[in-house]
Amino acid sequence: MSRLKIATPNQAQLTVERLYKDLERRIVASPPGLCPVDLQLSFLKLCHAQTCGKCVPCRVGLGQLQNLLEDVLDGCGSHKTLELIQETASNIMDSADCAIGYEAAHMVLAGLDGFREDYVYHIEHGKCSCHITQPVPCVALCPAGVDIPGYIALVKEGRYADAVKLIRKDNPFPTACALICEHPCEARCRRNMIDSSVNIRGLKRMAVDNARANTVPVPEKAESTGKRVAIVGGGPGGLSAAYYLELMGHHVVVYEEKNKLGGMLRYGIPNYRFPRERLQEDIDVVLSTGVEVKLNTRVGSGEGEISLAKLREEYDAVYIAIGAHTDKKIGIEGEDSKGVMSAVEMLRRIGDDDMPDFNGKTVVVVGGGNVAMDCTRSAIRLGAKKVGIAYRRRQDDMTALPEEVEGAIAEGAELYSLKAPHKIEADESGNVTALWVEPQIIGPIDAWGRARPVQADVPLMRIPCDIVIVAIGQGIETRHFEEAGLSVKRGTISAMSDSEVKDVQGVFAGGDCVTGPATVIRAIAAGKVAAANIDEYLGFHHVVPCDVEIPHVNYDDKEPCGRIQLSEDEAGERKKSFEPFECGMTEQEACQEAGRCLRCDKYGYGNLKGGRAAIW
Amino acid sequence: MINLSIDGISVSVPEGTTVMKAAASIGIEVPHLCFLEGINEISACKVCVVELQGKRKLITACNSPVEEGMVIYTNSPKVRQVRRSNVELILSQHDCHCATCVRSGNCNLQKLSNDLGILEVPFPEELPDNSWNEDFPLIRDSHKCIKCMRCVQICDKVQAMHVWDVQNTGARTTVDVADNKAIEKSPCTLCGQCITHCPTGALRERDDIDKVFKALADPEKITVVQVAPAVRTAWGEELGLTVEEASEGRMVAALKRIGFDYVFDTNFAADLTIMEEGNELLQRLGDADKYAWPMFTSCCPGWVSFMGTKYPQYLKNLSTAKSPQQMFGAMAKSYFAEKKGIDPSNIFSISVMPCVSKKREADLISMNSAGAGQDVDVVLTTRELVRMVRAEHINPKFLKEQEFDSPLGESTGAGVIFGVTGGVMEAALRTAYAVVEGRNPDADAFQAVRGEKGRREADFTVGDKVLHTCTVSGLANAESLMEDIIAGKASYDFVEVMACPGGCVGGGGQPIHDGCEMAVPRGGKLYQLDRDRHLRFSHENPEVQKAYEEYLEKPLAHKAHELLHSELVSEDYFKTTSC
Repeated sequence: MSRLKIATPNQAQLTVERLYKDLERRIVASPPGLCPVDLQLSFLKLCHAQTCGKCVPCRVGLGQLQNLLEDVLDGCGSHKTLELIQETASNIMDSADCAIGYEAAHMVLAGLDGFREDYVYHIEHGKCSCHITQPVPCVALCPAGVDIPGYIALVKEGRYADAVKLIRKDNPFPTACALICEHPCEARCRRNMIDSSVNIRGLKRMAVDNARANTVPVPEKAESTGKRVAIVGGGPGGLSAAYYLELMGHHVVVYEEKNKLGGMLRYGIPNYRFPRERLQEDIDVVLSTGVEVKLNTRVGSGEGEISLAKLREEYDAVYIAIGAHTDKKIGIEGEDSKGVMSAVEMLRRIGDDDMPDFNGKTVVVVGGGNVAMDCTRSAIRLGAKKVGIAYRRRQDDMTALPEEVEGAIAEGAELYSLKAPHKIEADESGNVTALWVEPQIIGPIDAWGRARPVQADVPLMRIPCDIVIVAIGQGIETRHFEEAGLSVKRGTISAMSDSEVKDVQGVFAGGDCVTGPATVIRAIAAGKVAAANIDEYLGFHHVVPCDVEIPHVNYDDKEPCGRIQLSEDEAGERKKSFEPFECGMTEQEACQEAGRCLRCDKYGYGNLKGGRAAIW
Repeated sequence: MINLSIDGISVSVPEGTTVMKAAASIGIEVPHLCFLEGINEISACKVCVVELQGKRKLITACNSPVEEGMVIYTNSPKVRQVRRSNVELILSQHDCHCATCVRSGNCNLQKLSNDLGILEVPFPEELPDNSWNEDFPLIRDSHKCIKCMRCVQICDKVQAMHVWDVQNTGARTTVDVADNKAIEKSPCTLCGQCITHCPTGALRERDDIDKVFKALADPEKITVVQVAPAVRTAWGEELGLTVEEASEGRMVAALKRIGFDYVFDTNFAADLTIMEEGNELLQRLGDADKYAWPMFTSCCPGWVSFMGTKYPQYLKNLSTAKSPQQMFGAMAKSYFAEKKGIDPSNIFSISVMPCVSKKREADLISMNSAGAGQDVDVVLTTRELVRMVRAEHINPKFLKEQEFDSPLGESTGAGVIFGVTGGVMEAALRTAYAVVEGRNPDADAFQAVRGEKGRREADFTVGDKVLHTCTVSGLANAESLMEDIIAGKASYDFVEVMACPGGCVGGGGQPIHDGCEMAVPRGGKLYQLDRDRHLRFSHENPEVQKAYEEYLEKPLAHKAHELLHSELVSEDYFKTTSC
């Protein structure tokens, strides 16, 4: 008799393993708007199936909790039921042997706390207050509500210009979003239930690469209304509002403090990610509608500046979209040394073709966001001998897109993770010589689920360098607007969800200056919202239509198929210049990738509740 | 043209045609349940599945356009199995006690199940909670709802009232009143279009037949029944009668056989309405600055309730003339009672209407002008009338035609056409013209207001005035009309609105023919009756003339005002005696 055996999983175990993976992907693709109590019950069922059955609280308790939740969902629960759920879950949490039991109970308690009002609604009304508002997941998650299944279907048919027209109905910056959007649309793509999300941004890129935005004509403008709107800020948000307002027949004048339009698209995002000539394509389209632009004109109370009060006098409405362009300081010793530079300053200079000279220098970038990566990769391209990134948490905790971090590392950046900046060392003439950092260990998880760094019991570490770039966030220049009577809270301008500024008639605000630094698509969405509501405010109700006919679905079976990723030029070559390195899809790739789209606009809830808003 | 093969038969159809239509063009009817052309093409029930050669997944015939070279099988083994299974699944969540269902014999689900030979359902029965305000004129039985979403879609797309919506998510998804409201607190106009488009018995009118049988059995009660114009176009449809057999005279005979003491015609009151409303229009035109324009008709309670909910600021634009039903009720318990020497409190006044909203109108607290309780005690829909005839085992085929009783039974062609969209407008124009010009116009002079379009405009010269008119049916059309008026994009003098598409002939109380709109053929019958009447002008109705002479004095006089008009603008107007 053999004493030991090599364990090999049997067919059932292997299948279950595969189903776990399916379930993980399915959870990723969970549509928004579902009843949280119903979901809680489903989670609980899964937890209960995991129990070994030894201990009472887990074996019996999780089952009884399910019964109580069923009562709530069936409309026969009471406030007493809620109390019993709370008590029972607490007891399980305090007495179950292992995590299978106590973590299941913990989930129930978290739910009771987090969506108590949903429980109460069920109890008091016998039904659920949740409903699915936008049935197409990608459209629901796109801040601008772009008709994604629509343009994917158009790309599949090679109708690129129509795709651009369709995108432009909701987003006048198709090129920008094709190249640099953070694509929140892909997060809950239903295709995840089969294999993985559709490469939506890649398909949009296919459209704008094959039908350049500036070659696709804009819709006919509405008859002139005689109304005039001032827009403060020529970034994507301000220009989006300008585009739609001009199409609606209002005349728009954009005030831009810098000497070129584009905002953060020009002064925040380096050329290798978003080439200037591609940015110009989108800007040209906006300008083709008749938008008037005043460059190098700052809105403020200083000399040579135009005040908000004056704009309010001269225009029927004002939209403030100034973005977030001031830098934030770390607040450590030596931060005023020569060679310390803010990310904002560095990227602004690059935007104005005033390239900093990093030749042969050692650069350390402080921060872990996308801007920090942009600085890192730009510094490499500016000839730095060595570029490091000092970040106080782990690589996984960085807020930058993973591909940006990986890209920076591939191009030779050194990552100093778990290193919190302590002080900047300089020589007698004030030039930076090193960044001193405090090594950290990763510690407890905070209420938002993020692991917090804790100081490690080791000595400070010295990172020798010539340049320190501070990329820990941006602020907003609110002073003039605050003086003009606008409410400013926590450094941002207060505006309502319809972008109106409360109590200041005819003034609207949106984008980064209201939300704090965010994404380009959110700025565009804010511009769209502002345009609609300014139109209403001016006493009109123009609609923005699009006459592109969307192709019907095809009847192909949806077989599992891998996601096409965009390829990049090799790291060693691309890091030598600011030239773009991401490659678009081939026609073969685009056609296959577009065919992966499940057309949620036509299948499922989409064809009941309207998979698309043809006008807004 | 697109060429394809269905069940081995080659067929060529225009691009964009659905598989279902392509199949129908060669005589193959693909079974379907939730599909409602142009309204509900959501392929929810998955009964119309068909097999597309070469594809694993079945496609739905109702909303899948044909493609060149398709090979379709509507009855392959796979289709047969899936279709049957889906019907079984639907049945597992459906109250299958067909014997006690109002739609038995006229239910698509029942027919489908019978056709497929389903003798038992392999799944346990799962019926959701079922609570409803049984006093409300519209009843929803969630045990019978198959979540086809037709009601949601009709109410959204055709009536723009958005009363119904999908409720809950996940396994508990169902249909309920939108925004979690109670039905009586919802904006429901009771147009009943959700009922006539429900494939099962999940939606129906409140059944008031018992109250009528009780009154008929009560020796103290004098039962007086009035029948609306549109009822006569449809009452025979479910009784197996031909168009010729389902005559007005046979309908009167059937009502007399049931035992009503007096059988009168709402058309009489329609003529009376024209006298009041036509003169009201002329009076307003004569003093145009004093009134808000346009003037709207007010005979349709669905439309009036729509205005109360959505555009209360325009209630003052509605004619104050009551609807024919309510004029009739008020006259029955006053003029008629006096004439016959009957104590009005012994009169039990019943109306038969193509409408569910009339049940609520009769119940409005202000509708008691004759001072003997509600002027109309019970409202039956056409469907309830049909059920009464069947309950009384009457075979109308064998009945001899009878005349309406006098004095509230005479009517003109103008009164008859009240039941079709444009009819009130046309009847009013005939009389208004005669009043202004002092002579009758050609009775067919105003046919421009007729038609199937949901909104029609026509101008007529009456005296020295060009009258801009607009005629609308369907509440989504009414909404766009109101939005145009508010935006200053449209301007009229006189506007007729009926809540149901096509007018009362397409009313929510009419017999149900799944997937088939009957308003146009029924409307044709009313126009035929108008052509055949020897009197075609309301002001020439001798019994109406007599009523003015003997009782009401003249249009808009004090007495007429008391009995025949109501102040819509009062905030109590929309309160009812029950719910």
